[in-house]
Amino acid sequence: MSETLRPDLALIARTVRQGARVLDVGCGDGALMAAMRDNAQVDARGLEIDGSNVAAAVGRGLSVVQGDADTDLGYYPDASFDYAILSQTLQTTRRPDLVVEELLRIGRQAFVSFPNFAHWRGRISLLWGGRMPVTRLLPDTWYDTLNIHHVTVDDFRALVKERGWTIDGQWFLKGDKETTHANANLFAEHAVFLLRK
Amino acid sequence: MASVPISQDSRFGLRRQARLTGPLHLSSGALLGPVDIAYETYGTMNADKSNVILICHALTGDQYVASDHPVTGKPGWWWRLVGEGKPVDPARHFIVCSNVIGSCMGSSGPASIDPATGDPHAMRFPVLTIADMVRAQAALLDHLGVDRLSAVIGGSMGGMQALTWPTLFPDRVESCVVIASTARHSAQNIAFHEVGRQAIMADPHWRGGDYYADGQVPSAGLAVARMAAHITYLSEAGLTEKFGRRLQGRDAKTFGFDADFQVESYLRHQGLSFVERFDANSYLYITRAMDYYDIADDHGGSLAKAFTATKARFCLVSFDTDWLYPTTESRIIVHALNASGAQASFVELSSPFGHDAFLLECPELNRVVDGFLKGGRA
Repeated sequence: MSETLRPDLALIARTVRQGARVLDVGCGDGALMAAMRDNAQVDARGLEIDGSNVAAAVGRGLSVVQGDADTDLGYYPDASFDYAILSQTLQTTRRPDLVVEELLRIGRQAFVSFPNFAHWRGRISLLWGGRMPVTRLLPDTWYDTLNIHHVTVDDFRALVKERGWTIDGQWFLKGDKETTHANANLFAEHAVFLLRK
Repeated sequence: MASVPISQDSRFGLRRQARLTGPLHLSSGALLGPVDIAYETYGTMNADKSNVILICHALTGDQYVASDHPVTGKPGWWWRLVGEGKPVDPARHFIVCSNVIGSCMGSSGPASIDPATGDPHAMRFPVLTIADMVRAQAALLDHLGVDRLSAVIGGSMGGMQALTWPTLFPDRVESCVVIASTARHSAQNIAFHEVGRQAIMADPHWRGGDYYADGQVPSAGLAVARMAAHITYLSEAGLTEKFGRRLQGRDAKTFGFDADFQVESYLRHQGLSFVERFDANSYLYITRAMDYYDIADDHGGSLAKAFTATKARFCLVSFDTDWLYPTTESRIIVHALNASGAQASFVELSSPFGHDAFLLECPELNRVVDGFLKGGRA
């Protein structure tokens, strides 16, 4: 599989254990699943809301079910996966906190990746322009965006602390490069957390 | 290994019939035997018998999945999915399609002769279930020397058989494709079937099912049954697009009861052409089998339990305008498969054609089935 993965997905693909059982929630056309299957012999299953994405993923031989993270995770048994993955989907769910709870019930660990709304570019846009930021990672305008729960790195950390979850790993991205943890809330465009209950 | 090339084996090819040894143990407790199965095979079984695909047909379908129909002359009913260059391809697969028991295209059914009496079984034929149809298919595969299916594929009632396969024979199925189908017949499904059955039984020619001797068959009743069922295969939007309120071969309403509207004329044609190729008693038996169908009920009320013993991969497809077996029914299956830890794929495809969509042009369906069958091993 020579296709180039989005940086957060490449990071997750590098980190999962060989042969793990993985549920990719919001798996899109299955790019991450295919990479994990081909490079790490991962037993990957996917959940995806968009029918044409599902058709594309199944068409490449992946096990993907059309469904909604907000309503369909309840049908998966406890601890039935080593990892549950939610990449770039958290901010589109109706109840992100409940979705992460479900991920941590279904998977022994959960990867959660999201665009950081507190990145300095966004802050400047809001502070000086007075307008909702439209950036590379958040390219939609406020009225047509699927992102209904914008979240910052510090917001997410606060949620993790409040719910008593454990952070097993955290990575921050600027473009396609990893960046430092220091001031991640200001400088990271993208965050990836590995959580455990 | 046998030295006879498979292509010269009389068990393989078009328009075959097998008489199965031993009676079939039916869900009702009755025994059926001897059992005849009419079937077709396409392609060649490979040396390790790992390329066998069973295609299951729908209520009024038959074994002619990919060859011209002997009565109507029409091309195979699933030529869009099965054939050269298609997702199910005789160049790569050994394909089996058999007529379900209870039907009337060469397999044992109410119209076939009871050897004990020399007369047609008629309504003395035992009542069947979908599971019985699957048991008969398994017996046919034994006869063909096939242990395991690489895939079992079906739409509508064919999907019910496909889904039943891994619940009855968990080790004989590697993958299972269920299209526009369900895990149980709903009250609405049963209700429509009962209308059809009552139409047949109300026809004075039906005579308790003993109509074979004089050729006076209950065609009016069977045609009405087909007309009612045919409506359930189409979507409202599809009917509107195809016919609207357009009149049939006239400029004005006749203020009578002729087929003024195109949709009436179409349905009458569907009913009339159906009676030429289908037996009314078979229609009663097969619709009954579908109404009794409820996989969860056979497993202590838990659909998930039905799939715990199998390692099969599943692919489910529904169509957004299908109101006969709507997407919610496929989702029930998917949730049960998730709960049982089975490998499952599911997608709802978009089509204007309602339930019939599974038989019609749908490139996305072919792409999904092709990808699923290859399973990433392209």
